[in-house]
Amino acid sequence: MANGGDDGDPRLMVSGKALVKRFGGVAAVDGIDVEVRSGEAFGFLGPNGAGKSSTMRMVACVSPRSDGELRVLGMDPDKDGPRIRARIGVVPQLDNLDAELTVRQNLQVYGRYFGLSRAHVRAKAVELMAFAELSDRADDPVDPLSGGMKRRLTIARSMVNDPELMLLDEPTTGLDPQARHLLWGRLYQLKQQGVTLIITTHDMHEAEQLCDRLVVMDGGRIVAEGSPASLIARYSTREVLELRFAPGEQDGQVSRVADLAERSEALPDRLLLYTADGEATLEAAHARGLRPVSTLIRRSTLEDVFLRLTGRSLVD
Amino acid sequence: MAAALALRILPFGRYTGRPGAVVERSIRVHSRTWTLMVSGFAEPVVYLLAFQVGFGSLVGQVIGPGGQQLTYVAFVAPALLAASAMNGAIFETTYPVFFKLRYAKVYDAMLATPLGPVDIALGEISWAVIRGGVYSVAFVVVMAAMGLVGSPLAVLLLPAALLVSFAFASVGMALSTFLRSPSQFDYIRLVVMPLFLFSATFYPVSVYPESVRWLVQVSPLYHGVELMRGLAVGVLDVGMIGNVAVLAALAAVGLAATSRRIGALLLG
Repeated sequence: MANGGDDGDPRLMVSGKALVKRFGGVAAVDGIDVEVRSGEAFGFLGPNGAGKSSTMRMVACVSPRSDGELRVLGMDPDKDGPRIRARIGVVPQLDNLDAELTVRQNLQVYGRYFGLSRAHVRAKAVELMAFAELSDRADDPVDPLSGGMKRRLTIARSMVNDPELMLLDEPTTGLDPQARHLLWGRLYQLKQQGVTLIITTHDMHEAEQLCDRLVVMDGGRIVAEGSPASLIARYSTREVLELRFAPGEQDGQVSRVADLAERSEALPDRLLLYTADGEATLEAAHARGLRPVSTLIRRSTLEDVFLRLTGRSLVD
Repeated sequence: MAAALALRILPFGRYTGRPGAVVERSIRVHSRTWTLMVSGFAEPVVYLLAFQVGFGSLVGQVIGPGGQQLTYVAFVAPALLAASAMNGAIFETTYPVFFKLRYAKVYDAMLATPLGPVDIALGEISWAVIRGGVYSVAFVVVMAAMGLVGSPLAVLLLPAALLVSFAFASVGMALSTFLRSPSQFDYIRLVVMPLFLFSATFYPVSVYPESVRWLVQVSPLYHGVELMRGLAVGVLDVGMIGNVAVLAALAAVGLAATSRRIGALLLG
């Protein structure tokens, strides 16, 4: 069996049952069931503090679970941590590149932590620098690199052991659109090569771009699960009509049009009407005498699902 | 031996047998800063010359191990070797380790690989010992050149220096894991300075009144000094077994404590 594990479905890269992580008395992860299959791109979505990173750390075998079952590559992280870590690649939320080493040395030294031969890591570093488009910075220190370059290098570094499973904790947070698109391209390339990806993000666009399947976490629990399209179908409508009013004018407008949509929501500056047909709803609203300053009809996105499931209040 | 014992006490799965990869990182980091390493060697040698030229003419003969008459500089030289092994080890495992642990997150990155806390502790401590070892070789060569070694047993000064380095590097690194801000390094300096001065480094322990001698004997550096001084003049003593045991125990306890602390801090 290619996977070398001791039990369970060999195509399951990660399998957690009633998984719990407590810090002191507080449960950061509060009994989640999760299965990630070989070759898929799987996402953990959720606001800050939802338990995404704690889950990732348990899967990465750097944080023992408090309760429940967990198998990574068919093995138990409590017993086989080093063996599991030898076969996965980890991209932490904050870059922790070695500032005392050059770009090339970062890759070579990291490869040596995996016990790879000097000759192997020398060749691997060249290959990975090309992948990360950093070949011309090979012998520069890492500090002066841009945020996007550092992120690419961190991802390249996590690939030094040719991992079967990669864990990416908010891989594109804080990057400009160019850098994000370049990274997404690289991650897509990895997926094409058959690498299983687990990604945490609160960037809905990123989740829609990359993930085959995802779970939405909130307060340490999984509140929804499915493909981006199926989640949108289940938790939102096909379209969203946004009505924008002049400041102070939208009070009391909701009640006039709420029945026109499956669901409505009043934000400080606009009304959102969730509906199958935005055009028709807009006409109906006009017919009732609503005079918004501007209107927008758009398709529902994962962001609508996310906000519905995890609420609009600020979590920190 | 002590290290092997410490490894047995540690939790399973926290050692991958690859501390060499951690040492390799340090070698790469320092491969471009060899000039800095020169200073680590120069300092004790400058002391040695100062004692030769200055104090030597004032102090005259001192009674060394086994009642031998020694010049003052021959009396002090082995102690300086022990003290420089201590200083080098403490220097290497305090601020640099603190920085890597708290700010640079170098150990977090290592723990995402198969490496465990014991690999990190052993690797970092070993690097300090290697670096200290390089200084010690140079120092012993200078001692020999100045005619300050009186016995072939002096070749044992090297393993003794490595043992002193290992003991202080282990303890230094363990202490560093408890520090929260760079200003707290003053506490370590506060301990190291009296150790340097009062561990029978510059005068024999017989100078102290009987009632406070035990205090000197508690100092780990004292055990290094005694060991070195005996070896330099070629006088073996049963007490040396005790000296070695104290240093080995410190090394083992420090290594185990460091590994546990790294695990507790980073594998939560």
